[in-house]
Amino acid sequence: MTNEFIKQKLQAKFGEALSEWGEPYGMLTVTVPRELNLKVLNFLYDDPELAFRFLTDLTGAHYPDRKGEELSVIYHLHNLVSNVRMRVKLYTPAAQPDVYTATGLFSGANWMERETYDFYGINFLGHPDLRRVLNVEEMDYHPLRKEFPLEDQSRIDKDDDMFGR
Amino acid sequence: MSRPVRFNLVQKDTRDWGINKVDMPDGHMGEGFFATSFDKVVGLARKNSIWPLPFATSCCGIEFMATMGANYDLARFGSERVGFSPRQCDLLMVMGTIAKKMGPVVKQVYLQMAEPRWVMAVGACASSGGIFDTYSVLQGIDQVVPVDVYVPGCPPRPEAIIDGVLKIQELVHNESLRRRNGVQYKGLLESYGIQ
Repeated sequence: MTNEFIKQKLQAKFGEALSEWGEPYGMLTVTVPRELNLKVLNFLYDDPELAFRFLTDLTGAHYPDRKGEELSVIYHLHNLVSNVRMRVKLYTPAAQPDVYTATGLFSGANWMERETYDFYGINFLGHPDLRRVLNVEEMDYHPLRKEFPLEDQSRIDKDDDMFGR
Repeated sequence: MSRPVRFNLVQKDTRDWGINKVDMPDGHMGEGFFATSFDKVVGLARKNSIWPLPFATSCCGIEFMATMGANYDLARFGSERVGFSPRQCDLLMVMGTIAKKMGPVVKQVYLQMAEPRWVMAVGACASSGGIFDTYSVLQGIDQVVPVDVYVPGCPPRPEAIIDGVLKIQELVHNESLRRRNGVQYKGLLESYGIQ
């Protein structure tokens, strides 16, 4: 199964809705509209030839320069029979980061979506238990968004010059 | 038929081995009696039988294992009994990075220890957060429990950990018996929200 074949199958089904095709390091990458994420994932799962039935990874990213679609969700899919991987991305505005949950399709998405919510604040619609999984529950921000400095802002004993602040 | 013993026949002279014995406290001595103050005796006994509770989360814990091992041999200072139950231990040794999520666990372990109790922060992370100046790491365990001795280093060498234990011994030895009932100590605990 080649990347070209997967691309043709997806384009035949979804047409112009898919964009930003690429093959970084040989891994097929495609961007889908955020409303269509479940439809695309379901198609990739159900199609007997594609059969991407394993969710390797689900994570987020923050691109402050992409105005109106700052936050990204990335799915890494794996066809275990043909040993082929591909990447599905979607973008969502930071003002309204609502994305449909993939937990109905992949049970393993549960904790990974909680992690993505924890660090990027992506609101997964329909998630059964969307709360923080790695950080302390009292934390009131999403630390991997670029507007938050990495350093702990609560300490006063460090010399700013020596720590590049 | 019993066999004759063929080892340890010669009594060794241990006088040159450099073994230190604990000095007697000051006091009045006479025929068949010795009088000294109570807290000196208690301090002497506590000082030379500190039971450490290792709370090792990362590389400083490995250094502590070397400290407990035969080469550095913390047992020489009366601390050979490493307890893993906070109820029985006197000295909480926090070694390694404490994440903010781990903070309540450290505090819980401290609360479970019986008075008198001492705390030693080993290494840069436990003392100040170290290189992990980040949103997820507690910036020094003194934000959740009072600390008696800080050991610097990343990680500290076993000699430094032994030096820290000796500093703790000094504190234990010279501590007044009334300190733990004092207003100052209660105020310190209250500043951490304990009791």
